[in-house]
Amino acid sequence: MAENSKRQSYDGIVVVSPATVPYQRFSKEAAHWWIARALKQSLDAASLRPRDVDGLIVSSFTLFPDSAVGLTQHLGLTPRWLDDIPMGGACGVVGLRRAARAVQSGDASVVACVAGDTNHVDSFRRMLSSFSRFAQDASYPYGSGGPNACFALLTDHYMRRFGATREDFGRICVAQRQNALRNPHAVMKTPLTMEQYIGARAISDPIALFDCVMPVAGAECFLVMREEDAKAQGLPHAHIRATIERHNAFPEDAIQMRGGWEMDVDELYAMAGLRPDDMDLVQTYDDYPVIVMMQLEDLGFCAKGDGPEFVRAHDLTIDGDFPHNTSGGQLSAGQAGAGGGYLGLTEAMRQVTGAAGPTQVKDARHALASGFGMINFDRGLCSGAVILSGDGA
Amino acid sequence: MTDPLSRPPKKDPQVRTRVPTRPSHFRSRAALGIAAAAAEGRFMLQVCEDCGAVQYPPRDACASCLSVALPWRDVSPKGRLIAETTVRTSTSIYFRERTPWRIGTIKLEAGPSVMAHVHGDLAPDGEARVVSMLDKSGQGVLFAIPPDMTPNMEDDPQMREMTCDPKFRRVLITDARNENAPALAQALADAGASMIFVGEAESWRPYPHRAALAAIPNVDILPMDVTDTASVVELCGEIGGKTDILINNARFVRPGGILDRADVGFAREEMEVNYFGLLRLAQAFGPAMRGRGADGDNSAAAWVNILSVNAWSNSPDYGLFSASSAAALSLSQNLRADLWDGGVRVLNVFTGPTEDEWHQPLPPPKVAPAAIARALVAGLKDGLEDVYVGDVAKDLIDRWRAGPKILEREMMENRGASS
Repeated sequence: MAENSKRQSYDGIVVVSPATVPYQRFSKEAAHWWIARALKQSLDAASLRPRDVDGLIVSSFTLFPDSAVGLTQHLGLTPRWLDDIPMGGACGVVGLRRAARAVQSGDASVVACVAGDTNHVDSFRRMLSSFSRFAQDASYPYGSGGPNACFALLTDHYMRRFGATREDFGRICVAQRQNALRNPHAVMKTPLTMEQYIGARAISDPIALFDCVMPVAGAECFLVMREEDAKAQGLPHAHIRATIERHNAFPEDAIQMRGGWEMDVDELYAMAGLRPDDMDLVQTYDDYPVIVMMQLEDLGFCAKGDGPEFVRAHDLTIDGDFPHNTSGGQLSAGQAGAGGGYLGLTEAMRQVTGAAGPTQVKDARHALASGFGMINFDRGLCSGAVILSGDGA
Repeated sequence: MTDPLSRPPKKDPQVRTRVPTRPSHFRSRAALGIAAAAAEGRFMLQVCEDCGAVQYPPRDACASCLSVALPWRDVSPKGRLIAETTVRTSTSIYFRERTPWRIGTIKLEAGPSVMAHVHGDLAPDGEARVVSMLDKSGQGVLFAIPPDMTPNMEDDPQMREMTCDPKFRRVLITDARNENAPALAQALADAGASMIFVGEAESWRPYPHRAALAAIPNVDILPMDVTDTASVVELCGEIGGKTDILINNARFVRPGGILDRADVGFAREEMEVNYFGLLRLAQAFGPAMRGRGADGDNSAAAWVNILSVNAWSNSPDYGLFSASSAAALSLSQNLRADLWDGGVRVLNVFTGPTEDEWHQPLPPPKVAPAAIARALVAGLKDGLEDVYVGDVAKDLIDRWRAGPKILEREMMENRGASS
C-alpha cells in the first residue's frame, strides 16, 4: 500500500452552540430525557427548530434497548444522516469528525452531536459486567474492580517505568479541582488539597478516591454546520483546524503506556498549521490522571516519560501557564457516561469563542481537545484529538 | 511466604451461614477453553494454526492473520508480573466480601499479556508462572504464582478460593469395605483433613482392613449403606452440615457383558451402587453442601466420584459395569450443574482396571489404591474437575478425544485380552 492519503481540510465547517445539561449524581430519568434536554438547549441557543436538524450523531451507554434510530422517532427528528458512536471517551472527537465530513460533502446541513447518560443507583455496576466481550472474559472475573482496577494497573506500570509519584498525579487532580470551583455546574464544590489527595481512601492501589471520576447523569451537545450558515444566524462559532482518530494502536505494547495520538500527532499539527506551543488551553480526557499524563506526552507537549516533570514545571489552572481541563474536567465536574467524551470539546468551544464565563482563559484563541475511550480488555482502544480556533484566530 | 492457615473456629450455630456468592460466570464460548484446560490442570491458550501466534483473550479469529483456526495448545506458563494492583473496592458482591484482592498483568514469554489473580508470594516485577484454575463460579481463570514453591503457598487466601484443599476440612468417604478406603483416609489425614468420616455398610460383617482404617488419625467409622436410603439420610442428619468434601468410593463391579450373563441380577446391583448410590448421596448431602459453599475456611468444597474410565467407552469384558459407570458419569454432570450455585466442585477421578479380585485375570498396568488416593488428593489441592489415574485411563481418554468411534472399534478388538 502507498502511504496514507492526505486529509482534506475542514475549511468552511464550524461548530456552534455547545450545551451542557447540569449533571446530577443520580437520576430517576432515562438517557432519552437527558439527551433531549441537551439537544433542545443547543437548538434554542442557535434559534433552530428540531426540523432544521438533518443530521444526528448520538453516543450513550444507557439508551438500551434503543439506539440512535429509536431516538429519531422518540425525539421527532427526520435526519438524512444518522450515526451511533459507541466509543466512550473518544465519541466527541469522532462524532465531530463524522459530522464535519457530512456537512462538508453536502450529505447534511446541520448535524446535532449529542451524548449523555443517565445514572441510576446500580446502573454502573450492571454496565461493567457486560461492557465488552474481552472485559467479560478476561478482566471482569479478576476482582471486578472495573475501570478503577484497569487504570490502577496502567498507573502502577507507568510509575515503575517512568518514576512518576502519586504527587505527580495529584498535581493534575488538585489543579482541576481549583478550576472546578469556578464552574458552577461542577459536581465537586469543595477545594482539594494535596494532603487530602494523598491521604484519600485507597480504591485499587495505587489509585485512591480522588483519582477516580464520579459517574453522574448528564448530557452534552453541539451543532456542526457551514460557516456561512452560522454567520447568517449570527452564531459564535469555532473552526475545526485539524482532527485525528485512531483505534487499537500499538497492540504489540505489553501494557498501555501510550495512546493512538502518538501515531497521528504530527499530522494533527501539520494540518492545523500550528504547534503545541500555540495552544492556549488543552482539554485532555481525564477519567484517571495517568491517561492525562500520557496525553501530554503523546500530543507533543513533552517527551514520553517526561509527563511527571511537565506537571511539576507547569501550573495547570485556568490562570496558569498551561490551562488544562478548565471546567474541572471529569475528575471534578463528573463523568456523564458518554457525555464525558464531549466535556472537553464543549468547554474548548466556549473558550475559543470567549463564552466560557467564569472559567474563561484570557485571550484563548486555539484549543486542543482530546478523547480516549473503551477499555475493551486491558487498555483504551479509541483515541482522538481536535484543534479548534476562534473566529478571530 | 504465606501465613499458615489456622484451624477454623467451631461454628457458632446462632450466626447465619454466609450465603454463597460467585464471581461473574459469564463467558464467551471461546473463553470456555480456559475452564476446559483448568479442569485438568493444564495451561492452554489458543495458538493460530496458520501463523503460530499465541492469542489472548480467547477469540474467534487470529489477531495477526485473521485465521479462524485457533486450536487450544499447551503453552509456556512463564512470564513476568509487569503491573499489579490490590483491588479494595469491587462492584461484585463476591469480591466485595473478599477484598483486598491482588491482581496483575503478566507478560507471557509465549507472547501476549494476561490479567490474572496474583499469589501473595509473587514479588513485584518478579518472574511468574501462570496456571489455569477454576474459581468459585466454576469458570476458568488465570492465576499467577511464584515460579518455585513457597512455604504454605496453598494457604494463600486467594488460592484457597480456587482449590479444594483438604487441610482443616471434614471429609466423608463412603464404603469402608472398599479396598481404597484405608489409602484414601491416610492420604487425607496426611493432607491435613480435620475429620475423616468413613461410611460402613453391614457393620456386623468383618473385613480385613478395618483395624488399619480405624487406626488412621481423625478417622471415625459410621454406619451407612449407599443402597439404603434411610441409612444415607440418617448419616446426613448427623454430619451433613459439616461434610466439606464427600468422596463417593462405593463401587460394585462384576466382569461380563450382556451375553455373558443370564439375568439382570448383577446389572441391577451395579446400578444400585454405582448409579443410585450416587443419586441417594447427592439427594441427601447435596443441598447442605451447596448451602455451605462459602462457610469460612472449612466451607463445603468438593464432591468426588471415583469412576471407571470405561464410563467414556464401553469395555465389552466389563460391559454392564461400564454401562453403570456411564450412567454415573452422566449423573455427575447433573450434580456439577446443581452444585454450581454453591461454588462446590465435582471432581471425577477416572481409573482403569484396579488391583483387586474382580480384575485379577487382567494384565498390568493396574491401579493400586495408593495411586488413586494420591491422584485424588492432588486433584483436590489443585482444584481440578477431571483426573485420570494410571496409564490405561490416560490412554483411553486420549483415544476418546481423538475419535470416539475409532475407540469403540479398538475396545471391541481388545475383547478377551484378559484371558
